[in-house]
Amino acid sequence: MAKIVASVNCSHVPAIGAAWDLGKTEQPYWQPVFKGFDYSKKWIADLKPDVVILVYNDHASAFSLEVIPTFALGTGAEFKPADEGWGPRPVPTVHGHPKLASHIAQSVILDEFDLTLVNKMDVDHGLTVPLTLMFGQPEAWPCKVIPLAVNVVQYPPPTGNRCYNLGKAIRRAVEAYPEDLRVVIFGTGGMSHQLQGKRAGLINKEWDNNFLDLLTHDPGKAAKIPFIEYVRETGSEGIEMVMWLVSRGALEDKVREKHRYYHVPASNTALGHLILENESFKG
Amino acid sequence: MADKAVVDPFEDIPGTTLFNAERSRVGYHLNMFCMSLMKKANREEFKANEDLYLRKWPMTDEQREAVLKRDWGRMIQLGGNVYFLSKLFSTDGLSFQFVAASMTGMTQEQYAEMMLHGGRKVDGNRSNSEWVK
Amino acid sequence: MTEENPFDDIPGTTLFDAHKSREGYHLNMFCMSMGDAASREEFKQDERAYLARYPMTEEQRDCVLRRDALRLIEIGGNIYFLAKLFYVDGRSVRSVCAAMSGMTDKEYEQMMLDGGRSPEGNRSKSEWAQSA
Repeated sequence: MAKIVASVNCSHVPAIGAAWDLGKTEQPYWQPVFKGFDYSKKWIADLKPDVVILVYNDHASAFSLEVIPTFALGTGAEFKPADEGWGPRPVPTVHGHPKLASHIAQSVILDEFDLTLVNKMDVDHGLTVPLTLMFGQPEAWPCKVIPLAVNVVQYPPPTGNRCYNLGKAIRRAVEAYPEDLRVVIFGTGGMSHQLQGKRAGLINKEWDNNFLDLLTHDPGKAAKIPFIEYVRETGSEGIEMVMWLVSRGALEDKVREKHRYYHVPASNTALGHLILENESFKG
Repeated sequence: MADKAVVDPFEDIPGTTLFNAERSRVGYHLNMFCMSLMKKANREEFKANEDLYLRKWPMTDEQREAVLKRDWGRMIQLGGNVYFLSKLFSTDGLSFQFVAASMTGMTQEQYAEMMLHGGRKVDGNRSNSEWVK
Repeated sequence: MTEENPFDDIPGTTLFDAHKSREGYHLNMFCMSMGDAASREEFKQDERAYLARYPMTEEQRDCVLRRDALRLIEIGGNIYFLAKLFYVDGRSVRSVCAAMSGMTDKEYEQMMLDGGRSPEGNRSKSEWAQSA
């Protein structure tokens, strides 16, 4: 039986990818960002997941305004790094797991979540930056990756509660998959940031840390946070944090917090990072 | 939630292949080949040398054979979807009715006649057990 | 939602919702085209002629020519799309954020290093009115 054993949450700021690609990780500005992942790299190397389900958002790369899917699951065999205007990031092609992905699609759609299925799309920094943070820069990514792109660009995104429940449906789907696979789910984006208008640069450290507490210990409450609160308290792009609820829903109610990191700034953004393991998981 | 590995009631409907996510995965390259026939230049290229053109798509040998033989029923079983296959039979100048007839082992005339008389009855066609009888 | 929009009370913030998306469709699709190297070259050679291909409003066109990010956001632009326009000029989102909030790059950078813009006093339009 396949099993989701843990979740990884982190921001996916494009400048982090650029800093890595340009060899700036030891510079004083970036050093504290990457330091937060020293533990995580070792943790995931020890855990050796077979598959990562990576919840992220596309930033006008694979999807423009011609098609705006709310939830788009990557069921294809491979996904190439997108050219976001400065050439594709020099990172390996992402290999999917079409069989598990099709199984998840079938299961969660019958569970009343109307996914869009995508066999061909390029993946942008939203997906590749978290992989870099967790795995560094290998020749090939060490596991299969199933992308789940969530619209958070055009308001409204799916509600936090919807995301949380989709996570639960994904958990049920994975657990019904006959092959033995160890799966980790990533929920990325956030934390507080605003990239527009006169409030650009907004950071709410207190709120962000409270969200990390809620996500760990009282996710049902976190799922009820209304959009107006996200936007007012954490900025227009802070709303990306609904994606963290997908990954949280995919875990058991009781979890162990293995690692937490918070740092300001990563460019315009508060960098947040959380690793949770199912309490029942004996790692 | 309903997992086909456990119980799939759809498998009991006779003469019917459900194009689900799993078949979509299996038939991806077959269907994408069909899709390519929406461009005139590709149709010309395909007609000039079918086997060569088909090798551009990493489909299975069995799928390739079924295309070359225009075995529509087999293509459906191997992950083909009829809306995609329609690009292929349109390239051949054939109609949905011709292909539907051929899959049921009827001539187009017989099939058309059946349709004029109200279509195939659902009675006796609901379950595999009825076909066995 | 359409009658009384609580988001309207958040100062200095334009919600990119379905209405804004409609208003900014051609503007954003123009920006999307800047993802392609050949189109960037064409745009650089004659910005006005290139922009004429997209049926956006005169004001949107003008603001693109003047690179008025703040106004572009107000009239339907989305930052992830606008970013592609500013990359053509070699400008980062961070620098655009500084400009939109009326700061120099340096001032903005310092603010971020000091923990970012505080939500205190920035939650509601009434707070901005008081400080004005």
